[in-house]
Amino acid sequence: MIGIILYGAGNIFSLTAALERLGIPYGFINSEEDFDKYDRYIIPGVGHAGAAMNKLKATGLVPAIKALKKPTLGICVGMQLLTSHSEEGDSNLLDIIPVKTLRFKDSADHKVPHTGWNRVFPEKENPLFENIPSGSHFYFVHSYFIEYDKAYTLLAADYGNQFSASIWLDNFYGVQFHPEKSGVFGETLLTNFSKI
Amino acid sequence: MLAKRIIPCLDVKDGRTVKGVNFVDLRDAGDPVELAWNYSNQGADELVFLDITATVERRKTMVELVKSVARQINIPFTIGGGINEIADADALLNAGADKISINSAAVRNPKLIDELAAAFGVQFVVIAVDTRSIGDKNVVHLNGGRLPTERQTLEWILEAESRGAGEILLTSMDHDGTKGGFDNGLLKTVNDAVHIPVIASGGAGKVEHFVDVFEKTNVDAALAASVFHYGEILIPDLKRTLQGNKIEVRI
Repeated sequence: MIGIILYGAGNIFSLTAALERLGIPYGFINSEEDFDKYDRYIIPGVGHAGAAMNKLKATGLVPAIKALKKPTLGICVGMQLLTSHSEEGDSNLLDIIPVKTLRFKDSADHKVPHTGWNRVFPEKENPLFENIPSGSHFYFVHSYFIEYDKAYTLLAADYGNQFSASIWLDNFYGVQFHPEKSGVFGETLLTNFSKI
Repeated sequence: MLAKRIIPCLDVKDGRTVKGVNFVDLRDAGDPVELAWNYSNQGADELVFLDITATVERRKTMVELVKSVARQINIPFTIGGGINEIADADALLNAGADKISINSAAVRNPKLIDELAAAFGVQFVVIAVDTRSIGDKNVVHLNGGRLPTERQTLEWILEAESRGAGEILLTSMDHDGTKGGFDNGLLKTVNDAVHIPVIASGGAGKVEHFVDVFEKTNVDAALAASVFHYGEILIPDLKRTLQGNKIEVRI
């Protein structure tokens, strides 16, 4: 069962609706004791990464999150929280995966926020991406991106520059796009995560 | 590269779609959720719901609609119609809406854009602009194009962008309903002037109009209602044609 970490950063109605449609059981994590009830976790998040980090700190859950050994998926800003630092508000983050979150440079061809469906390409074999063809489209909405890094990038995408659409280290996974809004392949990804 | 988006628009009143819909395989053509589900299965990239409910219960009706859509549909959607204050937007966001679209309320109170962007982020705020030409000027209109304002279209759009609009939904009332093609001249001017995504609306009649609008203006998305509702254009056919014209789409 998936435990969704609640810390007040954005609404999760669409995420829980997707899990319900897919028949994936879930519950919520409000305190440290809740972690034991679940065998995997989702860190959701939208909005400002620095603000999200401050809210997460206020819950007191940060040490427990950093010590997690079970599969953990950060979505959108929830993924950015896994990185060491974001240019958004010059914020230090969880530093679970040693990469940086940077701002897109906007230009006529690359408007910011990066909004819409873009293709992602696996850099590594991973069960998270099982049954999803390379080059599939996922739905993105973000102004900040995680730098491409050969060691940690699981899925690469391109928007003016190459960036990490997904990162991975040990039991920690992150996806920049919204699987709950990414059609059938997004649902496949959530199902894959529920089985990792 | 980002895919160009194809967006069906559904008009909803009291929880039911209002414009005639002619899908043979729908059990209930008046059910916006079933219609939305059908569109997402056909390959629509996003949906826009325009709620024209005029009763005092409107916020509650809209929230119920948004919740049912979010429960069933796996693509992003925007809800618009009579959103006047932060509390309206907050309720819709929490019900699962990805974006809200503001039209008249933003023209009457431009600060609303700043407030919404600060509260929810620019990606949540779509500014819908209905434009009609008067003489040689493009003028912002309200009330479905019936009421001219003193605002010129490009100037208003630039102000909206600077205040925190995350996207512009530009409907040409001169082209709307004509099925003669999008207003590519104005759309190109606007698209070249802003740094936020632009959705073209008004005038779609055939597949070639979508090819034209993407090739000539480079807008990010194209929206239409009746050509989709009446099955005159099928989204899979449309996307194959776009792809055949080397326009990046999600198939």
